[in-house]
Amino acid sequence: MPMTDLLYARAQMGLSLAFHIIFAAAGVALPVLMVLSDWKGRRTGDADYQKLSQKLAKGTAILFAVGAVSGTVLSFELGLLWPEFMGQYGEVIGLPFSLEGVAFFTEAIFLGIYLYGRERVSPGMHLFSGVMVAVSGAASAFFVTLVNTFMNHPSGFTPSASGPMDVQPLVAMFSPGWQYQTAHVLLSCYQASAFAMAGIHAFVLLRYPGAAFHRKALSVALPLACVTALLQPVVGDLSAKHVAKAQPVKLAAMEGQFETERGAPLRLGGLPNVETGEVPYAVDIPKGLSILAFADPDAEVKGLNAFPRDEWPPVAKVHVAFQVMVGTGSAMALLALVTLGWRWRKKAWPHGRKLMWAWLLSGPLGVVAMEAGWLVTEWGRQPWILRGVMRTADAVTPVPHLAAPFWTFTAVYLFLGVTVVLLLVRQVAGTLPTRDSGLPGGEAHVH
Amino acid sequence: MSTDTILGFAVAGTFVLYALFGGADFGGGVWDLLASGPRKAEQRALIARAIGPVWEVNHIWLIVGMVLLFAGFPRAFAVLSVALHVPLTLLLLGIVFRGAAFTFRTYDTRGDTVQRQWGLVFSGASVIAPVLLGMCVGAVVSGTIRVEGRVVVSGFFASWLTPFSWAVGVLALCLFAFLAAVYLTHEAPESALREDFRRRAMGAGVAVFVAALVVLLLAREGAPRVWEGLLRSPFALALHAGTAVAAVASFALLWTRRFQWARVAAAVQAGLIVLGWAASQHPFLVVPDVTLHGAAASPGAQRLLLVALGVGTAVVVPSLVLLFRVFRPVPTPSAGSEA
Repeated sequence: MPMTDLLYARAQMGLSLAFHIIFAAAGVALPVLMVLSDWKGRRTGDADYQKLSQKLAKGTAILFAVGAVSGTVLSFELGLLWPEFMGQYGEVIGLPFSLEGVAFFTEAIFLGIYLYGRERVSPGMHLFSGVMVAVSGAASAFFVTLVNTFMNHPSGFTPSASGPMDVQPLVAMFSPGWQYQTAHVLLSCYQASAFAMAGIHAFVLLRYPGAAFHRKALSVALPLACVTALLQPVVGDLSAKHVAKAQPVKLAAMEGQFETERGAPLRLGGLPNVETGEVPYAVDIPKGLSILAFADPDAEVKGLNAFPRDEWPPVAKVHVAFQVMVGTGSAMALLALVTLGWRWRKKAWPHGRKLMWAWLLSGPLGVVAMEAGWLVTEWGRQPWILRGVMRTADAVTPVPHLAAPFWTFTAVYLFLGVTVVLLLVRQVAGTLPTRDSGLPGGEAHVH
Repeated sequence: MSTDTILGFAVAGTFVLYALFGGADFGGGVWDLLASGPRKAEQRALIARAIGPVWEVNHIWLIVGMVLLFAGFPRAFAVLSVALHVPLTLLLLGIVFRGAAFTFRTYDTRGDTVQRQWGLVFSGASVIAPVLLGMCVGAVVSGTIRVEGRVVVSGFFASWLTPFSWAVGVLALCLFAFLAAVYLTHEAPESALREDFRRRAMGAGVAVFVAALVVLLLAREGAPRVWEGLLRSPFALALHAGTAVAAVASFALLWTRRFQWARVAAAVQAGLIVLGWAASQHPFLVVPDVTLHGAAASPGAQRLLLVALGVGTAVVVPSLVLLFRVFRPVPTPSAGSEA
């Protein structure tokens, strides 16, 4: 097996997931925002909330369609790129995949009713469909994350030379750590989408401070953004504590911990060097890692050197991705605190220029943190596709010339990404006030 | 009945449903490409209206089939993914461009030229994808995919680039176009449009007949199992006889403009063709080296999969019924007399 084909296969899978993850997150979270504003509109009779809900529905339609097709690509790619993995372990992990299929099916059905059935069903039924979309979207993210938990911590079978024996799919479905990882992922979907939405409306409000529509839109996005940004560090900490116990080599890579030591420091930033075993440019907080990972300042933290070199993940990549995730997560939590403080004192959501700038700049951070976090768990599991059981190199397809599909899909995703952004920009542009009147205009061309 | 057999039926069933629903959506794309005459714009609008709310749902049958295959028969999934890597990748590109372009056309409101360009991508992909799907089916049933141990030894091209596979690809395209045209006669709100699709349905029906004939003739050399199954197995023979009856019935019903019943007959015809394929390759998943039993997951895993299938059916079927009830065509006064 030439190394390059393995790299292309990994790159194609990584690219497909990195692309899909954004649309999947939007498919989980936008329905919630859409239903919230729909419900607010019904309760207050305010036409702006109704219109916001319709705009969000259009955004959901576009993003969900791209998520559906890129998800189809992924379900095939599991086999197209990793036939040995699926051929041996498909039966072990087929259960959450099937349930994810059920949830996805339900989401698509009710999204169809919600998007196209506004005039065909009763208002109650319409709202119910929206709720079903939101619930099944969350369920589908939950089930598919269980698959990833299994890959990180395989259970529910006995490995043998001829494949898994004594298969127990229910045990495999709830592999150790499932509760932390699913909570972490679900929160990240809501957080990334709410921050992106808040960023967009903050951008408009900076240019048109009087735009009432966008003030209301912000008031729908901010609560979700703030709550998730504050919950996420708590859940993330639980998740990291579990990783520290269950996957010590991943934790060592995340933290750039080369030597096993008691009272290990927390390294902020820095670029681990696997040749020297040092992390230059890092700021050390004494005993920080031992406290964070094991709640004990003198706890022993296993270093990378305690593990065979050929089982190390790519240390520098994992460490940097982890720093990016924690850094962006902390920035978002801080902004959420400041915003909620303002809300508590002034009894209104903020609209000052400084905070609007902060929300605008934080708009992409949720997505950045989500992608970085996903890279941490995937890079951190290497060289295994199924940790401790099957190496990624042993799972890859024997099909040659994998550069061709990789570059093809790269071009396709680039094209789709650019198109979606342009379409969404035009959706937002349709709500811009005409001449600072505060009234939305430019609606004539939107059907 | 063993769990192998039940799950085998379930996989075949999802392929039938994918053909009846997802296939018809591809067919809609074909008629979008071939829209012509004075009601060209109306034809395209009708297709878009019919597909819009349901295409994502219809398309999920394929994913359900995939999941059942890799969870229930993992070895077969691995073999197919390797042997058919190239056509499946091309099929995926078709699926991506079809779905994305259809959605972009709906929401990209920059004017007619842009809409036409998205329409072309949508309809072009709708033509290519069914051919590739059919070619994969042709390769699976023809016995050209060879496996030794766990290794595919028949290469990455030869198995699916046979005349027989091409013929099955064309048959799939004609069948999907036929289904779509028949469904659209029922969806059309007024009679001129209905007549447009009636003509198309009958034309496509003839094309299905010719393509099926070519497939059968090529099967003698290209897919001996299909050929023998046709002659020897009484079960397969009954299936094929049923297909013929349904085909004649759907033609007669189209001829006499009983569109609602023509739709049922066409669906039965298409469903029996897919089942006929499944029956002719039973008990193989990949002819001639991978059987249902040989590729099967452990019985415990299969039983749990059946439970998941039951849960899924209980959740999805009522929701689907609701969806199709909400979007059933609203009959116009003039349609009442004909139905």
